[in-house]
Amino acid sequence: MNATNLHLFVLVVPLLSALAINLLGRRSRQWIAPMVLGSLAFSVFGSIIIMARVIEHGTLSYTVGNWQPPYGIELVVDPLSALMMVLISVVALLASFSSLKSVEQELPGREHLFFTLYMILIAGLFGLVLTGDAFNLYVLLEITSITTYGLIAMGRGRAALSSFNYIIMGSIGACFYLLGIGYIYILTGTLNMADIARILPTLNAPVATATAIAFALVGLWVKMAFFPLHSWLPNAYSQAPTGAGTMVAPLMTKVTVYLMVRVILSMYTPALVFTHEWIAQGVVWASALAIICGSVLALGQKDLRRMLTYIIVAEVGYMVGGIFLANANGLTGSILHIVNDALMTLCLFLVVAAIIYRQGSVSLVSLQGVFRRMPITMAAFTLGAFAMIGVPPTCGFFSKWYLILGGIDGGHWEFVIALVASSLINAVLFFRIIELAYFGSLQDGDHHEHLSTQRHEAPWWMLSPLVLTAVLLIVVGLSTGPLINNVIRLMIPVGF
Amino acid sequence: MEMIVDEIVAKYNYWIYVVLMMIGFYAMIGKRNLMKKLIGMNIFQTSIILFFVSTGVKKGGGIPIVDKYQALAGNVDAASIVNPLPHVLMLTAIVVGVSVTGVALAVLQRIYREYGTLEEDEILEKLQR
Repeated sequence: MNATNLHLFVLVVPLLSALAINLLGRRSRQWIAPMVLGSLAFSVFGSIIIMARVIEHGTLSYTVGNWQPPYGIELVVDPLSALMMVLISVVALLASFSSLKSVEQELPGREHLFFTLYMILIAGLFGLVLTGDAFNLYVLLEITSITTYGLIAMGRGRAALSSFNYIIMGSIGACFYLLGIGYIYILTGTLNMADIARILPTLNAPVATATAIAFALVGLWVKMAFFPLHSWLPNAYSQAPTGAGTMVAPLMTKVTVYLMVRVILSMYTPALVFTHEWIAQGVVWASALAIICGSVLALGQKDLRRMLTYIIVAEVGYMVGGIFLANANGLTGSILHIVNDALMTLCLFLVVAAIIYRQGSVSLVSLQGVFRRMPITMAAFTLGAFAMIGVPPTCGFFSKWYLILGGIDGGHWEFVIALVASSLINAVLFFRIIELAYFGSLQDGDHHEHLSTQRHEAPWWMLSPLVLTAVLLIVVGLSTGPLINNVIRLMIPVGF
Repeated sequence: MEMIVDEIVAKYNYWIYVVLMMIGFYAMIGKRNLMKKLIGMNIFQTSIILFFVSTGVKKGGGIPIVDKYQALAGNVDAASIVNPLPHVLMLTAIVVGVSVTGVALAVLQRIYREYGTLEEDEILEKLQR
């Protein structure tokens, strides 16, 4: 194995293992767990090595099939994409432990199909963060979306309907992005991101450029469920099989936010995107609205998983708003929040998976007294909840801090108020659940059977990734300084 | 009036793309039948294919099959052949479109088996009951 191609192997190993899982998993399901965990563990080690190398030597680039850029497809690993690779591989590996267990329970006999899609999705996500080609990005975006449609449709009940709505919305998003690329291709005659960034500012075509940017950004906003375009997300994520939710919910929206950062920073150049101040301000207002509405809608939910999906909608508002503040603190906060939010969401969804595995439901009623039955799970839940609220030693605090600083720097008080208000609402949301789970009275009646006080902790397969994620929340929080200095600072463009 | 007509006729392919796109968009958002929504999605994708292919066309352009050594020597006039790249991109986009349609059809089949109908209103009614 040639070490300089390591980032390609990180992408290819999950892809090939997907095929192997489909073939061998059909024979015997003994094969599935070792292959999933083995290839993802390889990806984790590979991405950590790449990250170390990128921090030491700077950006790597790789031309596929020896077609030189700008004609061939270029894979670029800069500090930000290296960080995303580590994030994706770690989240996927931790989630897959829990998924293996819950899929065994929920989709018996169809595990090989589930994990084939699962591994292709992970390979697609790696491709998205690696690619340096605008059209290739569209293809990979659709690969990840199609696999997600399939994973969601494997759920029970309304899942197929939610999946269909997601297909329609997702296709609109992807087609808008493709149109934006079409305009860019007409303007510049190239599809390589670095080349576009070089040529675009030299052209004097403000209207066409603005159209191209608008189409691509709106397309990505649909894909990431930015507030007025979010309607597909809560149904799709809350009705997916539990095993799919634990991986899709932390990664899909966050990687799309990364794509927006990538498109703004490395393709359209910030100078062009932020030329019209009123547009950036409008987007910040919209994200403030997204944060408030997402949080308030979360208050009205009676099911923990559904509540979390609305919190995801609010969190997308945090990140989009932070980028469009167009200053260094806001951008730092947004990029940091991509990492932190992925870990927080993973932690909370792993808790959901563990509770569903044991008692079949996460409606608020059924959470009564769950602390006594699953103390370790709920301790991790409390930590995840603290991170979502933004309590200091956990990672959620630091990104929120940067976002608030960015809001003050940019004079966007509505954004600052929205952030603080959503922290308060999150506190209400989570303390309500913690209270219910800890002190909830054990009523006599229908739920008597479920709500025994006997300790019945989740299996080791679900508990260990959960505990590890909860620890990571604090570790990442404490290592915010080096993360910003070694990785994120390098991505902030000059003049911000 | 004359000017508008001239403008439309001169760039008729782009106008068709816009009209097709709006038809597809309307079907996706406005129609209540899930199958019609899916057909709308296909029209939408087709309009974008038309748009891309239009960008590659040149007046009097020939087929872009040229002699390799002539091309390397710089003896091929780029204006005499159509730009093949948008066509190639659209081949990929067609593949993507077909796969999305395939997944959507499979999902529709499951919905139909579960609810016995593809009308959104009727499905929602059944869900509320």
